[in-house]
Amino acid sequence: MSALARTPLFETHRALGARLVPFAGFELPVQYTSILAEHAAVREHAGLFDVSHMGQLHFHGPGAVAAVEWLVTCPVATLRPGRVRYGCLCNEGGGVVDDVTVYRVAEDHLFLCVNAANVEKDYRWVVRHSPASVEVQNRSAQTALLALQGPASTAVLAAAGTTPDPAELPRFAFAPTKLAGTEALVSRTGYTGSDGFELYCEAGDAVGLFEALLRAGREHGLAPAGLGARDTLRLEAALPLYGHELDDTTSPLEARLDRFVKRGGAPFLGGEAIERRRAAGHARLLIGFELLERGVARAEHAIAHEGVPVGVVTSGAPSPTLGKSIGLGYVPPALVEPDTRLEVNVRGRAVAARVVETPFVRAPARAATTR
Amino acid sequence: MAETEIPRDLRYTREDEWVRIEGERLVVGVTDYAQQQLGDVVFLELPEVGANIERGEAFGVIESVKAVADLFGPVTGRVAEVNALLTDQPELVNADCYGDGWMLVIEPDDPAEIEELLSASAYQQHVKDRAE
Repeated sequence: MSALARTPLFETHRALGARLVPFAGFELPVQYTSILAEHAAVREHAGLFDVSHMGQLHFHGPGAVAAVEWLVTCPVATLRPGRVRYGCLCNEGGGVVDDVTVYRVAEDHLFLCVNAANVEKDYRWVVRHSPASVEVQNRSAQTALLALQGPASTAVLAAAGTTPDPAELPRFAFAPTKLAGTEALVSRTGYTGSDGFELYCEAGDAVGLFEALLRAGREHGLAPAGLGARDTLRLEAALPLYGHELDDTTSPLEARLDRFVKRGGAPFLGGEAIERRRAAGHARLLIGFELLERGVARAEHAIAHEGVPVGVVTSGAPSPTLGKSIGLGYVPPALVEPDTRLEVNVRGRAVAARVVETPFVRAPARAATTR
Repeated sequence: MAETEIPRDLRYTREDEWVRIEGERLVVGVTDYAQQQLGDVVFLELPEVGANIERGEAFGVIESVKAVADLFGPVTGRVAEVNALLTDQPELVNADCYGDGWMLVIEPDDPAEIEELLSASAYQQHVKDRAE
């Protein structure tokens, strides 16, 4: 077991009194004050996350677009420079190697933002499945990533003197900017279901950027936020977490990621298997559910229907916004209709649950009211 | 790590419960260290009044946003009172773990078991040992 890695912000987190825990091989803040307070800050104002553990794999060269088009489930050739798409890397069996965001930086330059736990696996995978003419670079260690999330995010960036002001940046677009004396790629993306931005910078600039944003955000209710709130926020938005909803055996269609899987377009790695599995009929599909009684569903709890075990919870937590317990899990296709009654086995107790539409919480995509 | 409050006049278990001796009855809750480790408490499963609990055996469950932990009997005895406030206000465990966040009152079968609980200084050492 190797020692835990640290992000460039490790000492900053310590100085802020964060509780640090191991996650994906990194020592990261799970919370600074309280998960509930940090969750509320993001939904009502803004939160600042250090997600520098995530990886960035860059593709350069005239064949870069074609290489990435083959590797991911989402269309790439139609992605304009300055735009981002979400998709999956899939294996020959149609299982998910990782879920990623694809950034088109320039005509012949793209990068994938990948999950921390998968950086090495993904790097080997994409190198193996890319032509030698395409240069693949793992820039994860040199790159820091901050996520500024919540309706006040635009106001925080403006207060930090970001130029050009990214307020008008559309969702899933990004642009190079300057703020706090450093250069950062500002992307209108996130993993919380609230409006917000992700900021890529050089590792050496991360502390200055993080502290400048915290200072600029003081007037706007900005709080540093940890992995605990990140998880409850993404669960309310029903965004999948690799290792929970997705893994090497799961088809993206079982995870209900249909709109991120191209069909009838360019062929891609795993595409035939995904289609074959779809045509044969999936044995299980991902659902969102809420508990109708007291208790908290957690990953790996069994799901039953009329007393018969039918599936498993992949993520579960009390929803701070809704004040009830919610979760995601896999069940047979016959049981995915909203309002279907299920039971979750919470440590030996059958707790009534019902299938609900996702996302559980629909935050306004843009906080137009803040301007 | 934040400072942990460990009142001198209480006794403790290795599983992070505190015990206040009030005559023949024991008031039981979880320690400041435990509530800090758990984070925001959202749910408690506690026994009913009249239930029997066993020393060292799980008698209930405490659940936070992030984690779930068993609660262990500090002594063997009968549950005389349960803090009903915690049903709707589990956050009292975070806000005031040694006061309004108390969980049970137990009538011990064998008062001699009380002597086997940890003193404040022994518990403090136990917390320190685990932090290292």
